[in-house]
Amino acid sequence: MKQSVFRIITNEKIAKDVFKMTLKGDCSDITKSGQFVNIKLEGFYLRRPISVCEVEGDILTLIYKVVGKGTEAMSKMCACEELDILTGLGNGYSLEESGERPLLIGGGVGVPPMYELAKRLKKEGRSVSVILGFNKAEEIFYEDEFKALGCDTFVATVDGSVGAKGFVTDVMKNLDDYTYVYTCGPEPMLKAVWGEAKTSGQFSFEERMGCGFGACMGCSCKTKYGNKRICREGPVLVKEEIIW
Amino acid sequence: MVNTKVNLSGMEMDNPIVPASGTFGYGYEFADLYDINILGSFSFKGTTLEPRFGNPTPRIAETPMGMINAVGLQNPGVDKVISEELPKLRKVFRKKVIANISGFCVEEYVECCKKIDKEEQVGIIEINISCPNVHGGGMALGTSPEMAAEITRAVKAVTSKPVYIKLTPNVTSIVPIAKACEEAGADGISLCNTFLGMRIDLKTRKPIIANKMGGFSGPAIFPQALRLVYQVYEAVSIPIMGIGGVATAEDVIEMMLAGATAVQVGAQNLVDPYVCRDIIEDLPRVMEKYGITNLSDIIGGAHNG
Repeated sequence: MKQSVFRIITNEKIAKDVFKMTLKGDCSDITKSGQFVNIKLEGFYLRRPISVCEVEGDILTLIYKVVGKGTEAMSKMCACEELDILTGLGNGYSLEESGERPLLIGGGVGVPPMYELAKRLKKEGRSVSVILGFNKAEEIFYEDEFKALGCDTFVATVDGSVGAKGFVTDVMKNLDDYTYVYTCGPEPMLKAVWGEAKTSGQFSFEERMGCGFGACMGCSCKTKYGNKRICREGPVLVKEEIIW
Repeated sequence: MVNTKVNLSGMEMDNPIVPASGTFGYGYEFADLYDINILGSFSFKGTTLEPRFGNPTPRIAETPMGMINAVGLQNPGVDKVISEELPKLRKVFRKKVIANISGFCVEEYVECCKKIDKEEQVGIIEINISCPNVHGGGMALGTSPEMAAEITRAVKAVTSKPVYIKLTPNVTSIVPIAKACEEAGADGISLCNTFLGMRIDLKTRKPIIANKMGGFSGPAIFPQALRLVYQVYEAVSIPIMGIGGVATAEDVIEMMLAGATAVQVGAQNLVDPYVCRDIIEDLPRVMEKYGITNLSDIIGGAHNG
């Protein structure tokens, strides 16, 4: 973990309530995809944990949804403003188990961490398929970015306005040659994916956090492998250890 | 050259800064960030006789200038703390540590303290009779002078280490409880644990915290904690560890002027992981600014005249 100051380069709306922020700073502690950062915001006591969408040299990309006053304040920040950020938090995804044809499934703001993961898996020469789930057309983002990486990209919307009508699992059902599953999204989606997955996989969870680095025990959960802190031994849990 | 040293019931401390129980784990997470040997000491995670998972999540809610937690004393139990956590801690912390002990009945505190009494690295035992997040124990034991005295006496009988009683602020009057602890043989008072609070989610119209209520801490409670320290200092002659919303070197000095011999830093560790290091580094500058040469000289200074 590292505490450092990042400077905002861009901060723009890319879908309904969803913003993309790029920042410049010391990203050396971000070693894995699926990790998160914890951002201090003026006027708010607790930091805001946000998953890493992409890291390239000293440029960090975050995609976040405005869900409360903190993220709303973030959405109003301008280029050149500075943020105090803890980086390198969480265990992140492990690439070794992916096999040749990993399947990545992201739902809503669970999509961003899939991007850095897809990038790294493609670099390793894997054939990557991605399912992106949203509620409706105006919420969709990053479909083209995944396609540009060379991923086989599917979109599912609950209202059927774009792509397959229904949930990510409705697309998943028709795929059967994947070797491993990586996923991030709301808990009901994770549970459905867990039930549908024909292989093992890694699931990234969300929880209300105090510190984000393992000190307060605010985000503990029970797993088959013992008690874990979502912020420290998580947020990524393997399929076999999850207790619903 | 200023002197930041204080003496807490015979425990010589380089400075009065003590990370508070529950915000610093068993130390080694923070040892990755900075050399924790610069601390005066620290109070480790509230430990019970049996292992506890604690409360369901969500356990955390934000407030203006503070937070609410309902962790519920998650800890691996005293035996594992002794066999696993303390050996790990020894590698990164060579000073005496404060053992925070929680329980649900007098016997449990006694059993826990008997075990901890044998640990050489433990300099002080801090008895938590003030946890707001557990049922049938914790805070319920700290709201009556009689119960507080009974636990104090029982624990003092099984340990030769100094015993500090950590009190809850959630009482009508703190003074009789602090006095009862002193009369029962307590070596000091830790003041205070968190204030009972809650938040409600406007979207779901339900409490944010699964346990509904939790312990409110952070800079928002500093004036309340300061007031309690001030009141108890007037009533007892044993030392006080001041706790509650401390975030800066100035807060430390203010707490000491109210009557604290040592000062614990809690919630702020969770949002500023380097805050204790920063306070310790800043303390000499602030002391000079206010004309303080020996920090221990100012303890209770606000009561003179």
